[in-house]
Amino acid sequence: MRKSWWKILGLLMIATAIIGGLLGPVPVLPILHETIRNVYFHVPMWFTMLTLYLISVIYSIKYLNSGKVEHDLMAVEAVNTGIVFCAMGLLTGMLWANITWGEPWPNDPKLNGSAIATLMYLAYLVLRNALEEEQKRAKISAIYNIFAFPVMVVLLYILPKLTDSLHPGSGGNGTFGDLDMNNNMRPVFYTAVIGWILVGTWICTLRYRVRLIENKRNQID
Amino acid sequence: MKNKLALFLMLLISASTYAQGEIDMATGLRSSGKIYVVVLVLLTIFAVLGIYLFTLDRRIKKLEK
Repeated sequence: MRKSWWKILGLLMIATAIIGGLLGPVPVLPILHETIRNVYFHVPMWFTMLTLYLISVIYSIKYLNSGKVEHDLMAVEAVNTGIVFCAMGLLTGMLWANITWGEPWPNDPKLNGSAIATLMYLAYLVLRNALEEEQKRAKISAIYNIFAFPVMVVLLYILPKLTDSLHPGSGGNGTFGDLDMNNNMRPVFYTAVIGWILVGTWICTLRYRVRLIENKRNQID
Repeated sequence: MKNKLALFLMLLISASTYAQGEIDMATGLRSSGKIYVVVLVLLTIFAVLGIYLFTLDRRIKKLEK
């Protein structure tokens, strides 16, 4: 029997974040108005994506060490799930940007970085499908993944901070500093982030288990 | 005369605000802006998604055996 307390915890945390995020006190800011509440829903998508990609890299390294097929499958499914969260982050971000920045895709380093990072991970999935031989596919894509992860982190979290970006946390300001978040928001925000990470990981494990079953069937046939 | 008119106006204004207070009942789901309804809708959607995930989980568990 698998223990499922963390799945329930994740769901409860997101539910708490929905209630607290819509009803809790938020700072009154120009331009943003009530859309500041999007922080509770848009940002956790990216945190979940980052966690899933991190899981993927860890399993890619594990695969290169052990050569076990399961580790390779976990790496793929983590990226598959991460891309879904990335898409949700992009879509919610475009909706939010349209209202507050005037257009869905302003020329912002963080947005362009996220586009390149997304393409990089799509390329990972395409690369896998292009290779026929199983071991070769697993090995090459594991190495690609290990290179892609730090590039993604640089594109999304380091380069935008060095230049001027519309996103908070650029030009030497700390992200989630006092400028864009006050202490009323923090508990709700962190609850949302942890809740979404837990549920994202759960979905990833579901996909992995399905993949394992498929894999076993293919070998028997 | 002027005083009486002013008094009458004030009464009218206060009466109208009272009336508004009666219409806008600040109880439960009807309170200010009705945001609680949206919260409930979101929670319902989310709860159903959560239950759906659990049924998937159980189905996969069956397949694994």
